[in-house]
Formats: sequence, C-alpha cells, structure tokens
Amino acid sequence: MEIISTIEKEMMKKDIPDFNVGDTVRVYVKVVEGTRERLQAFEGIVIQKKHGGVSETFTVRRLSYGVGVERVFPVHSPKIERIEVVRRGRVRRAKLFYLRDRVGKAARVRERNR
Amino acid sequence: MKKGILGKKLGMTQLFNEDGTVIPVTVIEAGPCVVTQIKTRDREGYSAVLVGYEDIREKLVNKPLKGQFDKAGVSYKRYIRELPLDNVEDYSVGQEIKADIFAEGDRIDISGRSKGKGFAGNIKRFGHGTGPKSHGSHYHRGPGSHGAGSSPARIFKNRKLPGRMGNVRTTVQNLEIARVDADRNLLMVKGAVPGPKGNMLIIKDTVKR
Repeated sequence: MEIISTIEKEMMKKDIPDFNVGDTVRVYVKVVEGTRERLQAFEGIVIQKKHGGVSETFTVRRLSYGVGVERVFPVHSPKIERIEVVRRGRVRRAKLFYLRDRVGKAARVRERNR
Repeated sequence: MKKGILGKKLGMTQLFNEDGTVIPVTVIEAGPCVVTQIKTRDREGYSAVLVGYEDIREKLVNKPLKGQFDKAGVSYKRYIRELPLDNVEDYSVGQEIKADIFAEGDRIDISGRSKGKGFAGNIKRFGHGTGPKSHGSHYHRGPGSHGAGSSPARIFKNRKLPGRMGNVRTTVQNLEIARVDADRNLLMVKGAVPGPKGNMLIIKDTVKR
C-alpha cells in the first residue's frame, strides 16, 4: 500500500500554495484555442475541497454577470498553471454551500486576520 | 500466448494525461518472476513455461515443491503458474521475467480470482432488471418465471437463479497499459482488475485483435 502513496507523491505538484475553504483564489488555467495555448484566470471563493493525494479537487465559486458559476479543479492537473491566493477568509465550516442561497452582502466571507 | 507474467494487485490511483484528462489506473506489481521448469512436447506432450513469483521462507514450502525449486536452482516462491507460451525455446530455467516485457500502450488480459459476493440474487448476479417498486407491484427483485408447467414438467438446465457469486477465476480482456515502471516492476493498467488488493494475477498479452 505504501507503494501507491509513494507513486502518488511523485505525481503531485510541490509548489501549491497553502489555501483553504473560504479563501479567494485566482486559478490560472491553460486553454487551447486552435493551435495556441493561453492562460485564463478564474477568480472566486473556494467553497469546498475534496479527496486527497493526487485526486484532490477544489471548487471555486464566483458571480459572473449576476449568475453563480462554480468550477471544480483537480489540484494536481497539468492544466492548472498556478494558483494565487488573493484573500484569506475566516469561515467556520468545511463546505460553504450556504453561499449558493445568498446574494449580495450576505454572500460575503469575513477576512481572516493574521 | 506470446508473453505472460505473474503479479500482485496493489490498488488503484489516477494519472493525468497531457491534456488534463484523468485515467483511472490499477497499480500491479508484476514480477520479478523466475522460470522454474519448461515443459516440452517431447517430454510432457505439450509445451509450457512454469513461472514462480514472490519469495517466501523455506519453512513455508512443502517437501514436494521444495524439490522442484531445488532442482531448478531458484529461491522458494509462493506461487507457481503454468503459462502456455508460444516460444518456449526462448526461455531457460532460472531466467528472470520482469515487468519490462510490456510497454506503454500494450493491450493485455488479466486473470485473477474475483471478490466473493456471497449468496446473491439475479439482479446483482446476472444483471437482471427489477420489477416496479410501487403501484401494488409486489414483485420487486425476483428471478421471474421458471418456465412452462406440465410440459416440460421440469426446470431447464442453466436456468438463472440466485446463488453464490464471485470468488471465481475471471479474466478482463483488452486492458491498456498506461505506464510501466521497470525499476520498481510496476505496471499501471487502465481500468479495474479482478479481486481485492494483494490478489495474485496472471498478466498476458491480449487475445483480442
């Protein structure tokens, strides 16, 4: 069994910033348009982190033209160029699904003081 | 069969393609195996290669098997299996077979003993459909009709009925090798293979295409 975890460790990225649920992050995703590749940023609040090891994923929620958009990213995917932490949030829950039912001022997350 | 090896299922994980798609893979420790005996058409009436896998202590080998290992001059192994290979002449007793006989992209078949499911009904065992759950159905997960009555006045053989499921030898055909790690003797195979972790598997080139 320890062989599986060593294999997974080798495939995992080492330069992932420490971010958590409630943080606002900017994810740079590689997008292929025809023949050329460019970076596309997706900024929003991390509302959940799932799984562990290589299969770890996180969900980012943002409001785009008044419509809630959620994207799930695998943390160790080669499609993800880098992750930037924009703002640390203070939350008391592991999953922030309650944000889906809230709009405007109520859908904010308090900033964490360091 | 062109080539074959014995291995052990270690568990499952995932790999990423260059385009970011995830491939579910089973990690298999394939070998190192050692040839313990070669059967020839002249002596045994058919040709095959006997292959041993996984070292064990001397204490765990019984006397008849110990004799076979000593004759071949190899260390004691937990498993011996016969592989009906085409090119028996290319093998010699004591030769090592490693995971590097397979390459990335090869198609293989994997045989092993499946997990026992206990006494299972037709829906789980044969993939039958279920009856309606409601609207006064009263027929939910049954096996259906057993056949006509007075004639033939018996149940035909092979009628699918509930019974023991699993814990039998199964073969999964046409699996793709996603990655080979020759240093650690690991094969990563796309998809699932029979049995629990630690299951002994026979890995061979596929009969398909």
